[in-house]
Amino acid sequence: MGATLKDATAIAGIGQTPFAKHLPESEKTLACRAITAALADAGIAPSEVDAFASYTMEETDEVEVAKAIGAGDVTFFAKAGYGGGGSCATVAHLAAAIATGQATVGVAWRSRKRGSGPRPWKNTAVQLPTPAQWTRPFGLLRPADEIGMLARRYMHQYGATRDHFFNVALACRNRANQNPAAVMYDRPLTREMYMTSRWISEPLCLFDNCLETDGALACVLVSAERARDCRRTPVYVHAAAQGLPAQHHGMVNYWTDDPLTGPARTAARHLWKSADFGPQDIDVAQIYDAFTPLVPLSLEGYGFCGRGEGAAFTEKGALEIGGRLPLNTGGGGLSEAYVHGFNLITEGVKQLRGTSTAQVPDAATCLVTAGESVPTSALLLRS
Amino acid sequence: MRFIKPSVTATTDNRTASATPVDNSAATAATAAEPAPADGFLLPVPDDDGAPFWAYAARGELRVQACADCGALRFPPRPCCPHCQSFASEWRRMSGRGRIWSYVLPHPPLLPAYAALAPYNAIVVELAEAPRIRLAGNLVSAPDAALNSVPPERLRIGAAVKVTFHEMADGVTVPRWLLERP
Repeated sequence: MGATLKDATAIAGIGQTPFAKHLPESEKTLACRAITAALADAGIAPSEVDAFASYTMEETDEVEVAKAIGAGDVTFFAKAGYGGGGSCATVAHLAAAIATGQATVGVAWRSRKRGSGPRPWKNTAVQLPTPAQWTRPFGLLRPADEIGMLARRYMHQYGATRDHFFNVALACRNRANQNPAAVMYDRPLTREMYMTSRWISEPLCLFDNCLETDGALACVLVSAERARDCRRTPVYVHAAAQGLPAQHHGMVNYWTDDPLTGPARTAARHLWKSADFGPQDIDVAQIYDAFTPLVPLSLEGYGFCGRGEGAAFTEKGALEIGGRLPLNTGGGGLSEAYVHGFNLITEGVKQLRGTSTAQVPDAATCLVTAGESVPTSALLLRS
Repeated sequence: MRFIKPSVTATTDNRTASATPVDNSAATAATAAEPAPADGFLLPVPDDDGAPFWAYAARGELRVQACADCGALRFPPRPCCPHCQSFASEWRRMSGRGRIWSYVLPHPPLLPAYAALAPYNAIVVELAEAPRIRLAGNLVSAPDAALNSVPPERLRIGAAVKVTFHEMADGVTVPRWLLERP
């Protein structure tokens, strides 16, 4: 038996900037603010940082961040690909590096001006990492169009309805209404608003789509032993996994035998195999929600219900506080901020510290997931 | 009307290609090119593996890459067979018949040319002889009709469709789909 990641590392600090449609500062400045805030939260000096991990889509590189915050000699740096699929992988890469002695203090971060900056699909010269020649000429231009295609098929195959997608949007909005930092803090959502809102790509309406946000977040990872001496209650990385299924095609996964079986299943299989507990033991979940249909697909993929049962799972308030699986308790990408899912990681930490604005009583285990339908990653956190 | 010809496409040089594997060399420079606008619509930018598909489309043929050794069809095209790892491939002609597997109706915000037609349809078709080979496309009322030429209420998962071809710009042809029972 080789080295294991299980509980070997812990998140000791988290930091974030404000979230807004427009923030005046640059992505680099926002990154540095989130990272220094996370280090201050952990009580660790920037000069002790010797590892960095972020997304391949992150514009500010390690060189810029390290010299700005005053990091020491850095011995590990890594980037995870596939947009929002890489969120949890950033922490996973740091956990592996720290658990194997390649580094001692790791910083993972994401800084993005998606609210006021360019939208990837608007610039035809910068193609998203999809097989553009097979989709773009036909007007499948945006992620909403690509996921809408899977959503329509999912509805057809399993009887999912717009009310199920609304259940997801509502749970996220309700939690955002409890979270003063959320973009949608003071904006309640009703079923009538949802059902009468404008279409983006039928069957997806405005409220099925995540926000466009400026903001940055970061977390600090150290060994479990060190974390116990830090200022905050350690939040242990109990298990971590990435997932790229056989014959997967990215967001336009129309060409695999079963396009409704996504990367979540691959990540989940490894995650649960290496964990001391299972889906039934999860107190609270932070599930990547760039689009509402990704949540029922993820609920199936991570084993909270059977194939085709993800939509029905959302019924009867299951995703609300007090329900079967309280979800995205900071408001998620749909209603707190869309920063490629990094706010789901920090919200998971808040829940296990007991400091969430929508605290699940005695939460001790949290699943955090990255983007479903692209090569993905996931974390099991525990207190 | 403004047609900007893409800097490189596979079509012209491959017009005389037979049913044997197409020489990919004509398309090798295409991978780095950005989609050239044809009245603002995005043209396919073939990569090395995809170039033969577009070359055949320009001849009005729907062909899918198949392993020349084990015979397995694969899409999107790629350098070797995921089943037997053979690098030999051929392009097998399809009947052009299929069924709508799913569809969306995009609404703005969209690139201007597409926004002007919104809501239009984008569909995924599963091919009759190989249901797990699926192609994205558009359902239209006639080969050269607009992307919004079929009323949205006519779109239905499972509807039988047949392929047609539309020249988007000089030398650039894409497959499109007509309802079997309009």
